[in-house]
Amino acid sequence: MNMLTRGLATGMMALFAASGAMAEAADDNLVINGEIEIVTRTEAPAHLSDTMDEIMSGWLFRGEETRAMEADDFDNPGMIFVEQGEEAWNTAEGSEGKSCADCHGASSEMAGVRPVYPKYVEAAGEVRTLEMQVNDCRENRMGAEKWDYTGGEMVNMVALLSSVSRGLPVNVAIDGPAQSTWEKGKEIYYTRFGQLELSCANCHEDNYGNMIRADHLSQGQINGFPTYRLKNNKLNAVQSRFKGCVRDTRAETFKPGSPEFVALELYVGSRGNGLSVEGPSVRN
Amino acid sequence: MKISVMALVASVGMAASAVAAEIAPTAVTYTDGAVEQSLTGVAGNPEEGAKIIGSKKLGNCVACHQVTALADVPWQGGIGPVLDGAGDRWSEAELRGIVANAKMMFEGTMMPAFYKDTGFIRPGKAFTGEAADDTLGPLLSAQQVEDVVAYLATLKD
Ligand code: HEC
Ligand code: HEC
Repeated sequence: MNMLTRGLATGMMALFAASGAMAEAADDNLVINGEIEIVTRTEAPAHLSDTMDEIMSGWLFRGEETRAMEADDFDNPGMIFVEQGEEAWNTAEGSEGKSCADCHGASSEMAGVRPVYPKYVEAAGEVRTLEMQVNDCRENRMGAEKWDYTGGEMVNMVALLSSVSRGLPVNVAIDGPAQSTWEKGKEIYYTRFGQLELSCANCHEDNYGNMIRADHLSQGQINGFPTYRLKNNKLNAVQSRFKGCVRDTRAETFKPGSPEFVALELYVGSRGNGLSVEGPSVRN
Repeated sequence: MKISVMALVASVGMAASAVAAEIAPTAVTYTDGAVEQSLTGVAGNPEEGAKIIGSKKLGNCVACHQVTALADVPWQGGIGPVLDGAGDRWSEAELRGIVANAKMMFEGTMMPAFYKDTGFIRPGKAFTGEAADDTLGPLLSAQQVEDVVAYLATLKD
C-alpha cells in the first residue's frame, strides 16, 4: 500500500505536467560532409514496441554547436584519431609481420562490419564485440600483443572501422545463438544498480528529453561510438561510457570487456537497430 | 549546589537519550509510506536542509527537482515534480518517509532512498566504481534527513 493515489488526488499530475527543465530533442538533420545521410531518428525496432515508438541518436540531444561539429570531418576532432587508426591498419606488427591491410585490404573494405557488432561468432562460439575481434586478429593472426580494451590504439581502430560504415543502419542480430546473451544484457539494462538504485532504463528510457541537473538525457544509444567528448577532449569507447554511467549510480562497475558489458553492448546496440552508424561522433 | 548537580545529571541524561533515540536505517517504521517518529528527536534545521537539497555533494535533490525558492542554485533538473508547495501537500511524517525511502510512498519510483544502508545491488564506494566496504552508510545522516524535512515543510504555496 502506498500513497500514490493520494498524491494523484492532490493534483500531482498537474505538477508532473508543469515540471519544467524539459528540453526537446532537436528538430534537425545530419548530413556529414554534405554527402553521408545519417538516420538520427526512426521507428523503434519490433522488440521495443511495448516501450517506445521512436528511437533517436544522442546527436539530437546535443546543442547546436556540438551538432555542427559532427557534420563536417574537418570540424570533427574525432577524425584525427581515425587517421591514426588508418596508420595502424597499414602497419605490419607482431611475429607474423602482417598488417590488418595484408589480410583485409583497404580499410574501406570493412564497410558493413561495424553495424552488425556485437554478434555471435560461429568460430569462437560466443558473442563478440569489435574490440574482441580486433584483439583476436592481433594475437592469433599477427602474433602481436593485445591492445587495452578501451585504450587509445583500440579506440582509434574502432573509430576507423565505424567511420567506414557511417550512414549504414545498425543491424544487430538478437535471435538464434545470440539470444541468450541478449537476454542477459536486457536484464542488466533494467537492473537498478548501486546505492542510488538506478537502471539504464530509469535514465535513458523513462527520462530521455529531461534534464538531470545540467545534463540533457538522451536515449543512451551507442550508434555514435566511439564518441569524441568535449568534456574530456578524447575519443571514448562505448564500454568506458557504460562504466561511467554505472559508476554514477554509486555502484561497483563491471569491467570493460567483461561478459556483462559484452551482453549489455549487444542489448543496447539492438535498441538502436535502424539508426545509422555515426562514429566517431561528437558529444559533450 | 545540590540543585546544579541535579541539573547536570538531568542534562547529561537528556543528551544520552537523544543519541539513543536516533533510529537506525533498518529500524525505521513506515506506515503507508510515512514515518511518524523523528529519526533523532532533535528538531530539523531548515537552513541546513536547504543547503543539503542544493548541494551536489549532499542531497543533490535539485538534480531531479526544481525548487523556486532556491533559484540561485543553478541547473535544477526536471525528472521529479517541482517541490514548491510540498509542505502543503504532505505532512511532516509523509515528508520524512519520502526522503528516507521514497519507494515506500511511491512504488518503483526513480527517487533514491536517502536513509537506507542495505539491500543494494552491487553497491559502490561512493562514485569510485569500486565495491562498497564496511563504511557504507545511508546517503544522508538521520539529522540531515530531519533538516531536509524541516526545509520541505516551509515550502508552502
Ligand atoms: C543517473 C542517470 C543515468 C543512468 C542510470 C545511466 N546513464 Fe547513461 N548517461 C547519463 C547522462 C547524463 C549521459 C549524458 C547525456 C546523454 O547522452 O544522455 C549519459 C550518456 C550515455 C550514453 C552516450 C550516448 C551518446 O549518444 O553519446 C550511453 C551509450 C549511455 N549513457 C548508456 C547507459 C547505459 C547502458 C546505462 C546502464 C548501464 C546507463 N547509461 C545508465 C545518465 C545516466
Ligand atoms: C533521481 C531522481 C530524484 C532525486 C535525486 C530526488 N528525487 Fe524526489 N522524487 C523523484 C520522483 C520521480 C518523484 C515522484 C514520485 C513518483 O515517482 O511517483 C519524487 C517525489 C518527491 C516528493 C513528493 C512530490 C511532491 O512534490 O509532492 C518530494 C517531497 C521529494 N521527491 C523530495 C526530494 C528530496 C528532498 C530529495 C533529496 C534529498 C529528492 N526528492 C531527490 C525523483 C528524485
